[in-house]
Amino acid sequence: MFLKILIANRGEIALRVIRACRELGIKSVAVYSEADAGSMHLKLADEQVCIGPAISTKSYLNIENIMKAAKETGADAVHPGYGYLAEKQEFAIECEKNGIVFIGPTPANLSLAGDKIAAKRIMAEAGVPVIPASPGSIDTIEEAKEFCKDIGYPVMVKASGGGGGRGIKVCRDEETLIEDFPMAKIEGRTAFGNDEVYIERFITEPRHIEFQVLADKFGNTTHLGERECTIQRRYQKLIEESPSPALTPELRKEMGAAAVKAARAVDYFNAGTVEFLLDKSGKFYFMEVNSRIQVEHPVTELTTGIDLVKEQIRLSSGEKLGYTFDDINLRGWAMECRINAEDPDRNFLPSPGTVKDYHPPAGFGVRLDTHLYQGYELPIYYDSLIAKLISYNLTREGTIQVMKRALEEFKIEPLKTTIPLYLKVMDDPFFREGQFDTGFIEKFLPEEDDDDDYDDDDEDE
Amino acid sequence: MTEAKKKLVEVKAKMSGVFYRKPAPEEPFYVEVGTIVKKKQILALLETMKVFQKIKSPVNGKVVEIFIENEIPVKDDEVMFIIEKE
Repeated sequence: MFLKILIANRGEIALRVIRACRELGIKSVAVYSEADAGSMHLKLADEQVCIGPAISTKSYLNIENIMKAAKETGADAVHPGYGYLAEKQEFAIECEKNGIVFIGPTPANLSLAGDKIAAKRIMAEAGVPVIPASPGSIDTIEEAKEFCKDIGYPVMVKASGGGGGRGIKVCRDEETLIEDFPMAKIEGRTAFGNDEVYIERFITEPRHIEFQVLADKFGNTTHLGERECTIQRRYQKLIEESPSPALTPELRKEMGAAAVKAARAVDYFNAGTVEFLLDKSGKFYFMEVNSRIQVEHPVTELTTGIDLVKEQIRLSSGEKLGYTFDDINLRGWAMECRINAEDPDRNFLPSPGTVKDYHPPAGFGVRLDTHLYQGYELPIYYDSLIAKLISYNLTREGTIQVMKRALEEFKIEPLKTTIPLYLKVMDDPFFREGQFDTGFIEKFLPEEDDDDDYDDDDEDE
Repeated sequence: MTEAKKKLVEVKAKMSGVFYRKPAPEEPFYVEVGTIVKKKQILALLETMKVFQKIKSPVNGKVVEIFIENEIPVKDDEVMFIIEKE
């Protein structure tokens, strides 16, 4: 086992890893930027090293400075948390070169997880369902019609140069395809300087379901059940739960087996997540592998009783997995709300400032992962995630009751947070019934304009 | 437009953040002192907790003063630019 772990991160996830180290009797090293000198993770770690100025590229993303800190403190392993260097192959390789264990997947895993197209190809070859898509660009309407007849409607015509939801046409039938296919090409040419388009099946009202996987160095791989991550805004997850109200035991078994197959197909090591889209008819499609510990990992911990960060450390030290999904006693229902310092009524505008009146929730069924404290000044440089509120109960209904009560108790004044939005969601009859898709959150938000600026009020005469 | 009608307009930060005078390190500055700007033209970017906001000119006019250096944090309500209204 390791003697000393350096945590190359900040905020709540740094605390999460430090706590695991403490419980395992491993010394911890916190690193911090100049803007984080008053941060909670410094108070809980055994040693602290400043790794540079406030701007992340010069501190939390600075591989050289982090390596130097690890060597100077004699750390034998590094835990990257999530974000920052967690999925940077270069960092994992640099750790290896310096004889320091990178607690996470192999460099090859990281490289493949970052190449979504290659990952999908490998999954398709391994027999994991992927969204039917044209292998390359489609040039003529005749070609397009033929291909769509094969894969079935609705389809998405996507500009190769597009991204982030831009340059996409959804066609419900052949008639709209004939109209929109040339449009997609024109728009691609004018907006991205490239009129190449490809086509894939459009999944209507999908749910985002992901499976936690764990794998050791001896080829043993298991999944730990699913997480329901459908409630999102602009691809940012807001509320996650486990299990998913959409899964039957049969579907769980089928998707879990596909997740394990996906992990094995890439020789995956350590903790990872296999993401799927699930359509209304119960068909599911591989999306991507997330090669890190995820923000939403606590909901799996509560329903399985397995500490995922300790498992990451244990597996990286070379121990065997030692169990499969069938050995785990899944129990109860867990839900997580991501509390962000953002104003949901003003287009999720960030809300920096000092926490003047802080009252964290507690009591039966409440877990709170946060780096906040009374008097903490939120740095303007980093992510707006300030707390993860997790509730647990034997039933989904009970879990929602605990969450609502805990949200009501939680005071982080005077910051604007996403708490009021989540209180509305907890009371929503469709949410309570487990009926939602990835567009669910829209109805709670004021209408947005497309222009991505917030300060658009004009100075009038 | 006569001299008497000219008016100086302050552009203030609506929240604290890091001030960027250009969209990317290799790009030129959005504006310099003396640049003639149109209403709603982008003057700079402000990054707060990884969210970028555009700082736009509130009026047609000319940039007469820029108070903040590139990549330096500004405080809520701090004056960033002065524009001479056309």
